[in-house]
Order: sequence, then C-alpha cells, then structure tokens
Amino acid sequence: MEGKPVGRRVVLGMMGTGVAGILFGSKAADLLERVVAPIASRDGTGFLSLFPVGRFRIYTVTGRLHSRSDVDYRLNVAGNVDTPVTFTLDELRAMPATRMTRDFQCVTGWRVHDVKWTGVRLADLLDKAGAKEGSWGVRLLSFDGAYTETLTMEQARRDDVIVAYEMHNKPVTAAHGGPARLYVAPMYGYKSIKWLETIEVSETEARRGYWEVRGYDTDAWIGKSNGRDDRPV
Amino acid sequence: MATTRPDVPARARLERFDGAELALHWVNAALFGILILTAAILYIGPLSALVGRRELVRYLHVVSGLALPFPLVAARFGPWRRAFVADVRALARFDDDDRTWLRSLGRNKGVRMGKFHPGQKLNAAFTLGTIVVMLATGSIMHWFDFFPVEWRTGATFVHDWLAIVLAIVILGHIKMALSDGDARRGMSQGWVPTVWARRHRPKWYEEMTGHAASPGRGGAPPESG
Repeated sequence: MEGKPVGRRVVLGMMGTGVAGILFGSKAADLLERVVAPIASRDGTGFLSLFPVGRFRIYTVTGRLHSRSDVDYRLNVAGNVDTPVTFTLDELRAMPATRMTRDFQCVTGWRVHDVKWTGVRLADLLDKAGAKEGSWGVRLLSFDGAYTETLTMEQARRDDVIVAYEMHNKPVTAAHGGPARLYVAPMYGYKSIKWLETIEVSETEARRGYWEVRGYDTDAWIGKSNGRDDRPV
Repeated sequence: MATTRPDVPARARLERFDGAELALHWVNAALFGILILTAAILYIGPLSALVGRRELVRYLHVVSGLALPFPLVAARFGPWRRAFVADVRALARFDDDDRTWLRSLGRNKGVRMGKFHPGQKLNAAFTLGTIVVMLATGSIMHWFDFFPVEWRTGATFVHDWLAIVLAIVILGHIKMALSDGDARRGMSQGWVPTVWARRHRPKWYEEMTGHAASPGRGGAPPESG
C-alpha cells in the first residue's frame, strides 16, 4: 500500500503526549490553575467550571460513597472525656459557627481556591464532652468504616480546625464528606476526614491514620511536609 | 438491516463495510455512549447530585472502559477479520491526495479521495490513540495505590482534558454523519449507492468498478480547487 503512515504517527504521538502528561501533568495542572483561577472566579456563567482546572477530585478509600441522611447523622465524642456526647446535625448547627474562606490543598497536587467553609470548632466539641487535661490528642473515625485520622490536642484545638457542615453556604454533599466532615485548614486534605462519625479523645499516642500508616506524614502542614513546597493556604 | 430501498437497486450499490465491521462500530459506539454518559454524571456537579449512586456510575464507567479493547481485538484477530484488516491499512496510510488535503488544512476540495477521507483517517487514528491513553490514565486513576501520587494527578489531568477533546471530536463525527445520509447508510447497512462513491470517493470507485470516475462534486480537478 502506497502512502505515509500518518495514522501510526498520530497514535504514537498521542501515546507520547499521554506519558508526558502523566509524568508532568501535575505541574501543568498547577500552572493552569494559577492562570485560570482568577478568571474563573469572575465567570458568572459557571461555564469555566466545566473545564478540569481548580476542581475538587473526589477520593474515597473504600471505592464507594457512603451516605447518611441529615436526620440519621450522629457525631460521637468519646474516649478520655468526662461525659461522652452524641451530637445531631441540628445540634451542631445550633452551636456558634465558624466561617472561613480558604484554599483546599491536596497532597497529590491539586488545589481549589477560596472554598467557603462553615462549621463548629473542634475545640468547642471537645469542651462540651470535657476532654481530659493531659490527653495526647484525638483519633477521628469516618462512617465509611475504613478512614481514620489523628490530631494532637494542640492541633485539634486550633481555631482553624472545624467540623464543617456547609461548603459554599450549602450543606456539604455526600461526595465532599457530608453531612459533616473535618476541615483542617493548615494541613493537606487527607487530614480533613470526610463523613466524620467519631471523635475519640486519646490519653496516649493514638494509632496513626489511614494514609499515615501508608507513608504520609502525620503532621501534614501544607508546604512543610510530605516533601512538598506548596504555598500555605 | 436488510431493508431494501427500492430507489437503490442491488446493482447500483457498493459494499463498504462487512457485518463484522458494522458490529465493531456499533459496539464501540455503545461503549463510548455509556462512557460519556457516566463520565458526565461523575464530572458535572449538578448531574452528580441529580443521579446520585456514584459507586454504581463509577463501576459502569470503569467496566465499559476496560471492555473497550475486546471488540477491537476480536475484529482484528477473529476469523471475520479480512475486511477490517484491509480497512485499517487503508485508514493508516495517507497518499499524496490525502497529504495535499492535510497541508491545506482541509480547505483544498479538489483532491480525489480513496475509500476513506483523510478526515476519517485522522478520526480513526485519534480514536485508537484515545482508547490507549484513556485506558492507561484511567487504570492509574483506578489502581492509584500502585503508582506515585504525582502520576495520579498527571493521569487525571490527561484523562480530563482528553475527554473534553474526545467529546468535541465525537460531536463533529456525529454532525458529519447527520449531514450525509448515504454515508450513514454505509455504516448502518454496509453499502453505499455507487453514484455516491463515484462522486465522493472517486479513487475507491475506480478500484471497485474498474470504471473511470468523471470529476463531479468533491472530485473536481485540482486546478479548480
């Protein structure tokens, strides 16, 4: 057959570009993010949000989403406390709310700018249950049955660590960890456990969390851990 | 499939694709349809909220993605492969006319086409490349535990952008098909009217019939293009 194998070149070219994209795509994504985010924030039509720039990626460690209705949702604070307390969603909403607008930075590289969070300070919940003086910290459990996280007491009591029930002034959806999730502003996203069900105050150092036993840093400060140099949020 | 159109008697038809090729095209189309639909549900926020059942949708997406190579392999290596192998060879190679068309960025209407238009050839190559790249990046996204985290971000980046390009190309493909009923019949019933081939695919017409195709629409001599 006469002619040049242009088809083969197209296929090989795409495969080469694909491999380059896999290896360097996280850098390209970050660059695009910085260029497009300011434009997208002024885009009233929402059209730009269709493009894969500055979007949340939905990760679950169980391979499926676990959902719980607002009515059935319960948050337990237990362990080394004076009185274990169980909160309903309405009870959380009735407590003094903390609002903050901060970036969400994932340890895999993506970052979503200016996410509005509303929730209750974790410190307030610990006080309600009477977390005992001198405890090491908290162990957090998700109702997905697999994911866990830990924070030292000092970290848990920071003002920018909240149990969030609203994101962008709307209830946190199941994909984003609703009805309520943790949001640890100064740390990588994996600390912000989704589908939060239990806060266990631990007297001694708690067993490390899901990703930590798989090699991630336990103190996940953005830009100062996991070998990354992202800007703090 | 066997509906006979009285306006095109059997002797005025040319066989364009055999049954195995038609089956491959429509199985692929169905898989791509499921993939695009499930991708849209996973990717577009309001649609996700409307449909829910994310784990089922994701499962469907992964399974139909992993299924993509099987029809291709069956078409290429099964006992029914003859016509498909010949067409793949025709699709892969660009002759002088095709390259003239490419160099003019599609503006040169004077070139004489073989069985496939160079745009169709590009579409075929792009689709094959897409299947390979989407399978690779999708696999990294699905079995992320086995890869560095940076790869997962990179794979997601490639998967997302290529999906958008693919959606545009498929829309173009469908638009072209809708604008040409005779060509569409080639892919639904396997044959085209001989006059269509003579006008739009003159070199193929000559190969098939042994007659010279007089220049008509789409087959005008190069100096007028």
